Order: sequence, then C-alpha cells, then structure tokens
Amino acid sequence: MTIGLGHYLTVAACLFTLGIFGIFINRKNVIVILMSIELILLAVNINLVAFSHFNGDLVGQVFALFVLTVAAAESAVGLAIIVVYFRNRGSIAVEDVNMMKG
Amino acid sequence: MDSALLHTILPELILAVGALALLMVGVFSSNGEAAGRLVGWLAIAVFVAAIIAILEQSGVSSVFESAFVSDPLTRFFKIVILVAAVLSLLLTFDDFGRIKLMLFEYPVLMILAAVGMLMMVSANDLIALYLGLELQNLALYVIAAFRRDNIRSSEAGLKYFVLSALASGLLLYGASMLYGVTGSTGYVAIAAASRVPEMASNIGLMVGLVFVLVGIAFKIAAVPFHMWTPDVYQGAPTPVTTFLASASKVAAMAMIVRFTQAALPGISGEWRQIIIFLSIASMALGAFGAIGQTDIKRLLAYSAIGHVGFALIGLAANNTEGTAGVLIYLAIYVGMTLGTFACVLAMRRNGGNVENIEDLSGLAKTDLTYASILGMLMFSLAGIPPLAGFWAKWYVFLPAIKAGLYPLAVIGVVTSVVGAFYYLRIVKIMFFDDATEAFLPRENKTSVVMGLSAAFILLFVLPYVGGTLVDAASAAAAVLAPLQTL
Repeated sequence: MTIGLGHYLTVAACLFTLGIFGIFINRKNVIVILMSIELILLAVNINLVAFSHFNGDLVGQVFALFVLTVAAAESAVGLAIIVVYFRNRGSIAVEDVNMMKG
Repeated sequence: MDSALLHTILPELILAVGALALLMVGVFSSNGEAAGRLVGWLAIAVFVAAIIAILEQSGVSSVFESAFVSDPLTRFFKIVILVAAVLSLLLTFDDFGRIKLMLFEYPVLMILAAVGMLMMVSANDLIALYLGLELQNLALYVIAAFRRDNIRSSEAGLKYFVLSALASGLLLYGASMLYGVTGSTGYVAIAAASRVPEMASNIGLMVGLVFVLVGIAFKIAAVPFHMWTPDVYQGAPTPVTTFLASASKVAAMAMIVRFTQAALPGISGEWRQIIIFLSIASMALGAFGAIGQTDIKRLLAYSAIGHVGFALIGLAANNTEGTAGVLIYLAIYVGMTLGTFACVLAMRRNGGNVENIEDLSGLAKTDLTYASILGMLMFSLAGIPPLAGFWAKWYVFLPAIKAGLYPLAVIGVVTSVVGAFYYLRIVKIMFFDDATEAFLPRENKTSVVMGLSAAFILLFVLPYVGGTLVDAASAAAAVLAPLQTL
C-alpha cells in the first residue's frame, strides 16, 4: 500500500478534531487549551505540507513555516496572559474563569 | 527598491517603522508616566502621517505577486480604521493616566495592531491575510489584558486569547483546504479555480469556505460565534473596548468582504447562504440578548453583535450597492461607537468608573449636554431618522430588496424595532427617572470625542457630510464590481 494524500489528510483531520474537542471538553486546566491550539495548528501544517507535496507547489511549505512562527509567538503571549491571570485569580482551572457572565 | 512598490506600502511602512522608533523612545526615557504620554502623542502623529500617506495614494496597484493590493476599497477601510485608532487612543490618556497605566507600551501595541489591520484590509492572498490577522490579534490580546492587576481585564484577555486562537486555527484549516483544492493561496488564482463549473460541488472547496468564514465570523462577532464578545467588552479597559469595537471590527469586515467577493465569486450562491444565516442570527441575538443587561458595556456588546448582522445584509446582497452599503454602515457604526464609549468613559464618580445602566438615572437633570449627546447616540443606534444610524440601515436594506432578499430585509426591520426597545430604555432612564448623584466633570479629550461623534451623526443628512461619505463608499465598492459579474 502506498501512502497517498488521503492518508495525510485523514491524520490531519483527526488531529484537528482532537484539538477542537480538547478545547471544549477540557474542564481542568487552561494550559490544556494552549496545547489543543497547538494541535490544531499542527494539523493545519500537515495539511499544508501534504498539499504542497502532492500539488508540486512550494507555497504550502512556506505557509507552514509562517504558521510555525506565528504559533510560537502565540504560545508566548498566551502563556504570559495565563501568568497574569494566575496572579490575580490564584487558579487557572477552566471552571474558575467565570468572573463575568450573562 | 522600486518606488511604485514603496508608494503602495508606505502607510504600513510608516506605522511599522514608527512603532519601532517609539519603542526606542519609550525604552530610553527614564520617566515612565511622562514617556507614556509622549509616546501616546507621537503615536497619534504616526497615525496621522499614515492617513496622509493613504490620502496621497490613487488608482489600483498590487505588489508582492499581488498578495497585497491598494485600491479605493482598501483606502476607505484603512482611513476608517486609522481614524478610529486615533480617537480611541485619545480616549486612553485620561482614563489610563488616572490608574497610573499610561505606559509607553500601550500606544506601540496599538500601532502594531493597526499595521495588522491594514494588512488584513489589503490582503489578497491567504498568507498575507493570516499574517495580518495574527499581527492584529497578538497585539490585541495584550492590550485587552493591559490592566494586569485587575482580574476582569486579565480574564477578558484570557477569553479573547483562547477564542481568537481557536478562530485563527479554524480559519487556517479552511485556508489549507482552499490551497489544496485550488493549488494556490492567491485570491486571483482561487477565484479562477472557483469559477470552473464542477468546482461548485467540490467538497474540499466547501470545507475550506465554511472554515474560513467561521474563523472570520469569530472576529466580527457574528452569531453563533459571538460568545466571547460580551465578556471581553465588559472586562477589557474601556478605551481598549472602544478600539476592539471600532477598528478591529472594521478590519475583520474588510477581510470578509474581500475574501468572499474577490476570492470566491464563482460560488457566491454557497457563501451567500452562510452570510444570510449569520446575518439573521446576529440581528436576532443582538436584539433579544441586550434586553436584560444591566451593564452598559455588555449592552453595547450585544448591540455590536446586532449591528454586525445589519452590515452583513449588504454583503448578502452581493452587488455593488450592497458592498457600498457595508462600507457606509461600518463608517457610521464606528462614528456612533466611538461616541458611545466616550460617554461610557465619562460615567465617573468618586471611586472610579461606574458601568451600570441605573447609574445614568436622571442624568438629564444633572448634565443636560451629556444626556442629550448620549440620547442622540442611542436614537442613532436604534436607527431613527434623520440621524446617521437610520441612513446606515437605509443603505444596506435597499440593495437587499433590489437583490430580492425580502425575508432578510423584513427580519432586519423587525429586529431593529425590537432593538429600539433597549436603546430607548436608556433614554427613558436618563430623562425621566429620578436623579442620582452627578458624575464628575468630563475630561476635555472625552468631550472632544463625544462632540465629534454627535456632530457626525447629526450632520450626516447634510450633503457635504453624508454625500461625501456615500460617494467615497460607492467609488470604493465599484472596485469589486468586475468580479461580481464574471
């Protein structure tokens, strides 16, 4: 069996779904949400590189590099916000993020 | 370097270089508070320089393998965004100054966010779109959590971060599908591919379209992707909320306008269904969700959701008048939003800002000017003629009727009547309820923004004000016309 585009897309779709569910089902810790976001971006990168390879076009890989860079910046900002939040609230449990409702 | 290229990207260059220079000014000055004010005023100068650079441009030009375009449409959006940025920065000085928060990082982050927004507006390629969007987002996460000793502000930052990052992820997944199916990230190539008849039933293209639109719907806070809006609007410092509600919303709407009309004109039937759904859901939730609110910033968040629904009507019409309607709506909405949030900032008593609607009780007896301006803004938001808010709705409903979207226009009128209830409730509270303790005197800069906004909505009926705006918007929307007819 040769591994084709469909296999890569399936793996990426699975990772993407895991990421989405990780954000919505997770009730414990905001860090898990950060990890889920990374999973989503990883799925996108697999998609982009697979398409790039099978279309014979390099732009997809360039796009993947940009996504990697931005993902790193996003994690940095996200962790900083989590630190600030923890200092004020003393907890980063998802169920404690509830000061505002309505 | 090519001078035509330089000319095309000059506004963004001014902002980007300005941000770096101001960062240096801030870092090398010893006095924190004074440096913050100095950098703030310099940032306004940088914004004004960028506006002048935009006004100097003319014609249509695209650079970087047509990943970045400059045409009347982008220029219209960019000027609205930069004016909103200047005025919301102006509102920051006194508010942040009082709580010793006027740090030099804030204006720099605002400039960086503005660069991102301008990039989003000009993006004609999925990579450019993503980079602009993320530049904007990364700066906005930080300024939403800028009151870092305040739990509400940091919670707003956290919520905004999580949901925006999710939205970016969805948008990217859609972008990767579009790239895979069409073989390119450029809008021109995607448009050419989407016009091939068999593409209309291509599942990959549909998945890509839906995911990208969901990602953008998060940014413009359209229902059902609006859930972050009330919390973030309430929690973020009010000047930041002003910026989020005005400039950031315009940039995201610019993105959806160009993406749907320039990249996917070939499958307009498909995306129009999604836009119509988003529009109806947003108008309905905006009208009904705001009714029970007691916090004025939350109420304005629901109002913002509703107004996005109205603006999307123009996009759903998918014709040049409709696009012009979106532009007019956004410009007027920005004018009203800036004034309304300036009024919210002026709600100060000893002990800080108050945000409950009940605090406005009997305002007309203690400060008639203030009550009249806020009352007029509420009438305008409700869409009562002859104020600007009415004309905003006029210019989106008319093209929708021309395009045969009668149900959408009827739902729009009905929800705006429902929405009028909570706007008029504020007017009633201000003018007919018993007076409470007066607010502290207004600060000059807040009064200036309130006055400008009031003048704009009141004078919009005059041909010189409204006519100029409508002409500019029609000329801008005409840029996309060749794409719609193909």
